[in-house]
Amino acid sequence: MPRDHPIQPMIHATMRGVTRVYQAGKPLHALGPIDLDIARGEFFAVVGPSGCGKSTLLDVLAGLNAPTEGSISFEDKPVAGQVPDGVGVVFQEDASFPWLTVRDNVAFGLRRAGMDAAEIARRVEYAVGFMGLRDFATAYPAQLSGGMRQRVCIARTLVLQPRLILLDEPFGALDQQTRLLMGDELLRLWRETGATVLLITHALDEAAMLSDRVGVMSARPGCFIDLVETHWPRDRDSRIVSDEAFGHVTARLWSTLRGESMKAIGRAS
Amino acid sequence: MTRAAAVRWTRIALVAGCVLLLEAVCRLHMINPLTLIPPSAMAIAMVRMIASGEMIGDIAHTFSAVAIAAVASVIAGFALGTAIHGVPRVRRAIAPLLASYYAVPVFVFYPLLVALFGLTMLPLIAIAFIAAVPAMVIATLTGLDRVPRVLRKVARVHRMGALRTALLVVLPAALPSLCNGIKLCLAYAFIGVIAGEFILSSGGLGYGIAYAYESFENRPMYGRMLFVLLVAIVVNGLLQVWEVRLNRRRGQA
Repeated sequence: MPRDHPIQPMIHATMRGVTRVYQAGKPLHALGPIDLDIARGEFFAVVGPSGCGKSTLLDVLAGLNAPTEGSISFEDKPVAGQVPDGVGVVFQEDASFPWLTVRDNVAFGLRRAGMDAAEIARRVEYAVGFMGLRDFATAYPAQLSGGMRQRVCIARTLVLQPRLILLDEPFGALDQQTRLLMGDELLRLWRETGATVLLITHALDEAAMLSDRVGVMSARPGCFIDLVETHWPRDRDSRIVSDEAFGHVTARLWSTLRGESMKAIGRAS
Repeated sequence: MTRAAAVRWTRIALVAGCVLLLEAVCRLHMINPLTLIPPSAMAIAMVRMIASGEMIGDIAHTFSAVAIAAVASVIAGFALGTAIHGVPRVRRAIAPLLASYYAVPVFVFYPLLVALFGLTMLPLIAIAFIAAVPAMVIATLTGLDRVPRVLRKVARVHRMGALRTALLVVLPAALPSLCNGIKLCLAYAFIGVIAGEFILSSGGLGYGIAYAYESFENRPMYGRMLFVLLVAIVVNGLLQVWEVRLNRRRGQA
């Protein structure tokens, strides 16, 4: 799909000294401090133990949650109060609208933006076809499997041509085979759109397979304790799991993460 | 035949069987005709009263009161429910009152309402409203509770304001519960108006039934009763069809 935005500088999104402390009752330091630069067109994954603040990191970067301290910028503009234009988010939970057909779900954001009907139809047809949903365009989400519903949500994000796509464990509820295939779809989407992707996941193999870089977070309050570069070619797919280097990447991720995961479940490493 | 069709036909056969049994029992004089007349005689009486225009005044009286009470209770119940949902402290205080509301026989207030508003349609509307509105408040609270948080997040990702979020995301997501509330409002409004007319009123179907009862006029009484019953069944059936369609589309049927 042709892109409508001008070329931007290399650094696409930045977080500086970002923390998040929840104040309900006893203050809970959930995140940070986080310092992170994500390059334009990069596929960046975040892994960490349960409850380390991965989703909080995504919410803060998306503008869905305000940081307690620090600053966030996207395309050199501060992120404050609302989701910036050009940012799309896919959540772990089924976020399809059950009262709308697949086609109407995908068109939802475009209609809100007041786009003309012909352009909406063009973009929706492209996205529905791209995500393999053409035969189900008039179906309701209840008639689809969990994986297909997640594809509907991805298509709904895709039609808006986001320049930064944030994915919060989008395949968390799917079986392993479907996750691998969905990973391939995601890589194809990333290559074709040229968007920057930040993926939150608890699956080390998923992070290792999909990403250019993987950020490993500590137990709460979550901070980056390691940044692993994978050096995969851009036209990779799920077959990379049989590559020898894939084992090295996942082994490094786990060796960093194991101690933090032990802490998260209340046991010393 | 599908299982659903079999269930539907069994249900129809059961009702038809009961009606036929009642017809036979009445025709064979096993029940005193001063107590109960055959269903066919009820139907004939109903059709004659409708055709003669005898019931038009009563129908207009009852259904305008039901419609006003139902619409008012749906609107007020939805507004109240939304307001209560937005203030958790108020909700915590009110929740036990709402939960025990239907333990209170609200009809004890009917004489008071007649004293306040006179023998007009107003006390009927008021008693029906009082009976119906908590159902809508509870349905609204349930509906809003059931809106997945992630859908509100999606609205924020699409940079939708509060009004657009309410109209395009929250309301459709809460619709199955709201639909249930509307159904209950209509049922309670119907019961409230008919019962109020039965107790004390200047007109309406309930008043007509009570008048015929006191005058030992079985045919007009049963004719009106059958009419009320059929209208209640048809209205409820239509709402049921709407609800089933709504839920089937969402995979909740």
